[in-house]
Amino acid sequence: MTSPRALRAVPVVTVALFLVPVVAGLAGTLLPAFGWLPAIGGRALSLAPWRRLVDYPGFGTALATTLGTGIVATVVSVMLAFGFCAVAYGTPLARRVGAWVSPVLATPHAALALGVAFLIAPSGWIARLMSPWLTGWLLPPDIATVGDPTGWPLVVCLVLKEVPYLVLMIAGALHQVPAAAHVAVARSMGYGRVEAWLKVVLPQVYPQVRLPVYAVLAFSLSVVDVALIVGPGNPPTLAVLAVRWFADADIAFYFPAAAAATLCLAVVAGAIAAWRAVEWIAAAPGVRWLERGKRAGGASAVARVCHAVTLAALGACALAQAGMLLWSIAAQWRFPAALPDAWTLATWTRHAASIAGPLAMTLTIGALATLFAVALASGCLENESRRQSRAGARSLWLLYVPLLVPQVAFLFGAQVLLVRIGGDGTLAAVLWSHLVFVLPYVFLSLADPWRALDPRYARTAASLGASPWRVFVRVKLPLLAAPLSIAAAVGFAVSVGQYLPTLFAGNGRVSTLTTDAVTLAAGADRRVIGVYAVLQALLPCIAFAAAAALPRRR
Amino acid sequence: MNALELDHVTVAIGGRTLVDALDLVVPAGGAATVMGPSGCGKSSLLAYLAGTLPPPFRASGVVRVDGTDVVALPPERRRIGILFQDDLLFPHLSVGGNLAFALPPSVAGRAARRATVERALAEADLAGFAERDPATLSGGQRARVAVMRTLLAAPRALLLDEPFNKLDAQLREDFRRFVFEHARERALPVLLVTHDGADADAAGGVVVQLGG
Repeated sequence: MTSPRALRAVPVVTVALFLVPVVAGLAGTLLPAFGWLPAIGGRALSLAPWRRLVDYPGFGTALATTLGTGIVATVVSVMLAFGFCAVAYGTPLARRVGAWVSPVLATPHAALALGVAFLIAPSGWIARLMSPWLTGWLLPPDIATVGDPTGWPLVVCLVLKEVPYLVLMIAGALHQVPAAAHVAVARSMGYGRVEAWLKVVLPQVYPQVRLPVYAVLAFSLSVVDVALIVGPGNPPTLAVLAVRWFADADIAFYFPAAAAATLCLAVVAGAIAAWRAVEWIAAAPGVRWLERGKRAGGASAVARVCHAVTLAALGACALAQAGMLLWSIAAQWRFPAALPDAWTLATWTRHAASIAGPLAMTLTIGALATLFAVALASGCLENESRRQSRAGARSLWLLYVPLLVPQVAFLFGAQVLLVRIGGDGTLAAVLWSHLVFVLPYVFLSLADPWRALDPRYARTAASLGASPWRVFVRVKLPLLAAPLSIAAAVGFAVSVGQYLPTLFAGNGRVSTLTTDAVTLAAGADRRVIGVYAVLQALLPCIAFAAAAALPRRR
Repeated sequence: MNALELDHVTVAIGGRTLVDALDLVVPAGGAATVMGPSGCGKSSLLAYLAGTLPPPFRASGVVRVDGTDVVALPPERRRIGILFQDDLLFPHLSVGGNLAFALPPSVAGRAARRATVERALAEADLAGFAERDPATLSGGQRARVAVMRTLLAAPRALLLDEPFNKLDAQLREDFRRFVFEHARERALPVLLVTHDGADADAAGGVVVQLGG
């Protein structure tokens, strides 16, 4: 089958739509980092912005905290996810793993961070559940948890969000390898269930989830919203430092801000390169470990611990959400009571009017971004199937670019461009910035089912005289209704959670539930925070429930 | 004395009985064949013996290896080797790596392990293939590596789940001889399932007909 010119243009438009602005945005960040931004008087290349960055009193600490939290969060997440999968493999739990991890996956980062902040705060739920019978505390203890300078709460939040993502990626990759047969063979040779998975399945699955692992690493090193809510305050992480300086009233701070954002980019690039190097170095000892033939080692014990910790982490996520729900309907909740003393819906009714605007904006942007993303991804995949060419591994890398490049590194430059063309703060600008992140996730979620569709359906319909367009609308779309609705739910969830793109492309004038929630986190009433966190978490859940409720055909 | 004994082995799925109270003794160095069309439950029978029968199936009966009942043991403690239609060589290991993976740790030390692997390769006419990527081998070569890998794990019985199916006629005959010779040399009881009469002839021994 041939494809019309309009269809063939879709992949080009898609790549242009999200790569060109990313590249332009990167340039727009790199140049000011070296002093070039004529609009505010930077007309000569210099290293002055870097000197200002390095002279910032907390610079060394900020850099160290960024590296420490990002790398620890990634290593722990990868270990927990693989350990969990090794132990859960073949159990009933693993067969329904999607249902277990999807709620956490759909929850926006900010909503989860707000919930976790309440769990671990000195006056939080964990302290309440242990007081006063165990701790003797009648008042919240005078200790710092949220905002701790080591950044451990940030690591906890990142791990809670990233483990479910990696578990789902591993579960998907398991279909690409003959995992069950290989485990059976290894067990017949005397390897235990978990040991067999770790030694014969993990080495085959890891290359398939390498890109998601790098995306987790990049995200952990450059996250802004979670770090604003639970991360260290002074000095903050590099990405937060960049955002703080960008937002400074004194525009001279643009230059060191751009330098900080550029350094963030370099940190991510360096960390990914280092991770790859460790993979290379570890390969040979890894093979020797397998060839030694040890049937029972410490690895499966470690995996069992990881499995238990992952289950506990899922429980903590549920607890975090429940805490937010309770706060939103609490009239009064004194320390150290485990539950509110009295209940009320007053917080919801009192804030209904102020929430309506951001809520409508969140829904509008989410719906439009999802619509565009699903249309573009379907166009790309349809073009691919008509031309019978499979996009290679290289184009998959292209798709991952927005997930591997720190948001701060290109959003600032993109904002400068938007200001120049007068487009900042418009719905279109925010929509584009969301699409940059919504599109890859929608494409990734749609690609496998689309490519797995038996081409004989289309050929049969064509032989009955249906035009390619008719085949697309009457045969493929109905057959793919379930994956399409799930991809749409994924896209919507991604859009609802976006903080930094909304902030930058909207130039602070577009508020969504997420931007408002992050702002509130700084010290508003916990009841109000609860309302925002619940709504934020609820929207993606509704989208997923709607996708699951659609009638399926077998 | 190595022997594989099945005592009243029954395999069922849903309300359907696939294998009904099968009694069978395979002597050490001997063979038996279970024949039947696809879907008759012959592979499920092997999965029950190996300990990997998935939940929708229900099975009962005693399986003895060397006189001890293994039914309560997990697959990894049964020491029953199994060969499938696919060679299932691990793609992340070299040919030698696949063999070393199977070799019990009781063969200690890198040099000793390497020597054992080299010997096994020579036995399979594959001397010098240790460093090769399994993907670069022919189907017949891969099949022989899979056999050596199973044998190196020092099983007490060998199950064959139609391992000859995918090979063409000439290769098939050579490969059959190769498998049965090696099993006999190690005095292993062999239980073969197939739907090909020629396989059963090559195996010799008792033939059990299932289903049909």
